[in-house]
Amino acid sequence: MTGEDKELFASGHRACAGCGEGTAVRQILKAAGPNTIATVCTGCLEVVSTGYPETAWEIPLIHAAFENSASVASGVEVALKQLGKKDDVKVVAFGGDGGTFDIGFQALSGMLERGHDITYVCLDNEAYMNTGIQRCSSTPYGASTTTSPAGKYSIGEQRPKKPIGAICASHDIPYTATATIAYMSDLKKKAKKAIETKGPSFLHVFVPCPTGWRHASNDTIEISRLAVETGIFVLWEAEDGDICNLNVTVKPKKRKPVEEYLKTQRRFGHLSEEDVKKIQADVDEKCEKYGF
Amino acid sequence: MADQRSMTIKGNMATAMGAKLCRPKVVPAYPITPSTLFPEKMSEFIADGELDAEMINVESEHSAMSACIGASATGVRTCTASASQGVALMHEMLFVASGMRLPIVMAVGNRALSAPINIWCDHQDTISSRDSGWLQFYAETNQEGLDLMINAFRIGEDNDVLLPAMVGIDAFVLTHTIEGVEVPAQEDVDDFLPPYEPPHGRLDPDEPSTFGSFGTPEYYQEFKQAQVEAMEGSREVIDRVFDEFEERFGRRYNKVTTYKCDDADIIILTMGSMTGTAREAVNRMREEGKKVGLAKLTVFRPFPYPELEEIMSGAKGLAVVDRNISPGGFGAVYSDLAGASINIEKKPLIKNFVTGLGGREIFVKNFVEIYEKTLAAVEAGEVKKPLEWINMNQEVMR
Repeated sequence: MTGEDKELFASGHRACAGCGEGTAVRQILKAAGPNTIATVCTGCLEVVSTGYPETAWEIPLIHAAFENSASVASGVEVALKQLGKKDDVKVVAFGGDGGTFDIGFQALSGMLERGHDITYVCLDNEAYMNTGIQRCSSTPYGASTTTSPAGKYSIGEQRPKKPIGAICASHDIPYTATATIAYMSDLKKKAKKAIETKGPSFLHVFVPCPTGWRHASNDTIEISRLAVETGIFVLWEAEDGDICNLNVTVKPKKRKPVEEYLKTQRRFGHLSEEDVKKIQADVDEKCEKYGF
Repeated sequence: MADQRSMTIKGNMATAMGAKLCRPKVVPAYPITPSTLFPEKMSEFIADGELDAEMINVESEHSAMSACIGASATGVRTCTASASQGVALMHEMLFVASGMRLPIVMAVGNRALSAPINIWCDHQDTISSRDSGWLQFYAETNQEGLDLMINAFRIGEDNDVLLPAMVGIDAFVLTHTIEGVEVPAQEDVDDFLPPYEPPHGRLDPDEPSTFGSFGTPEYYQEFKQAQVEAMEGSREVIDRVFDEFEERFGRRYNKVTTYKCDDADIIILTMGSMTGTAREAVNRMREEGKKVGLAKLTVFRPFPYPELEEIMSGAKGLAVVDRNISPGGFGAVYSDLAGASINIEKKPLIKNFVTGLGGREIFVKNFVEIYEKTLAAVEAGEVKKPLEWINMNQEVMR
């Protein structure tokens, strides 16, 4: 079987119905192929896929802790070089948004700066979902989480989402891209490119979470698509850290109003018309920068 | 006996030479006083082609241990060095390394923990990692530092053990002090320490396996028990490897080494570089006819209680000198010894002395005081004050 045919992320794992992460990992591993070693940080992915004595991983996997998928992967990559296997075996490091934007940020920066031949994949569902929907620096403005709850005196999360893709690209790494599961061929193309690129690459994958975002589990792909169609999440790629000349890979002909995206999820259910206007204005400004 | 080269080197150089002779393939490290010379020397060995390996100049000690874990799980021999805050920062990953049964070796320049910040010697850093499932060795001299590195790889990688190991050398007293050292020849170390072949598999696409699974309550305890069994099993392996090391290289190591203990009423138990001073104190007191002996702990994990039980059996008083303290409790060596001896019928009175924290000097006179205080307890037939501080700065305390 070729890498495309073989399931490297097996069915039977314990992810929630409609989990965007499982879909993303399955497709990224197909792009990577069987000659891959993966690292994963603590979080939903590790919990749902590695419950001893079972594993969903048909490739070698190591999970060590929350904040160090990137540094464990660094050790794997250098060891492969020493064993003379680096040309044949790829290294992919997975992290959730907490493990990437927050607690694992230092280790990630170190890995990128040192130039390891590793593809780092951030599976971003915009909060600490495994511990029960706490806010993260990935959580968008206005989202209600258990530690940024909407209330009489609070809109929910008060800070904008940290621009992790641009920050990683600014390490002048060869390849940075954003992707989401509704645009599967775009995701797989970027995953392949990232994995085939020599040196560090960073793939930021936007993955809806029915449990944390409080949406119907059969809406996952639709919400992923709406995020792009409204300009909430922009699909782009940048080479050699050149974020001034990044390539927007999916440009909606006419952007849909953000309200269409926001209304699908109860984490935004409390927002007033005015709040939505502010989010729309922010998205308009951002999209102008991206040139659409 | 194997040919050896005499060198006069610092303790850090000794542990680096010991590590180099073991041919590690990956050395992730982060600089920290007083251990920085170790990564510097390893980098030089690699830069000069003396060692076929790669450094990973990581951005923190946490990442140093994380990268050691990644490299070791991929199937190569790996080592690092750290101290104090660095060991504390990697604390989380120490448990992961031992839980995955990865025989990583770490040289530690034993240094006090903040606050107040202090770069000098005590054992608090490694003692605070006591429960992390690592083998722990403590050196008295630079020679011991070098030799224990080689022994640590051999013992940790033994199929009946498969545990990581720390080798402690005292900050500055050893790390930065130049001593004469006999350096074994490469081919002899190659003979003593075969290439690392992980028997439990490795991260290999040809035989995929998952490391670091999610262990639910049905399984977790068995993992821990297996780790403890490995630690228990290491006792015999340590003896065997120390025997073989002596045969090949002519230097004898024991978990506990005794000095003038046979007829001693009072035994002083030490760990690390303070032992040299304690030996001098014992010599002087013996000249005065005092029946005092010395026991040096080289292996702290596994805790050598069978050996200590034997040593204690003839003594009336035992003075445990700890260069660490558990506030609200005791020094770690005392606690372990007290715990291990609770069911022994014939045991001496045991007193705990804490000293040498944060680089406080320990003098011969301090050991004399320790002896006298222990003797007084023996003569009184009871230990009124189990924990005493030695060599306090009276001016500061006023």
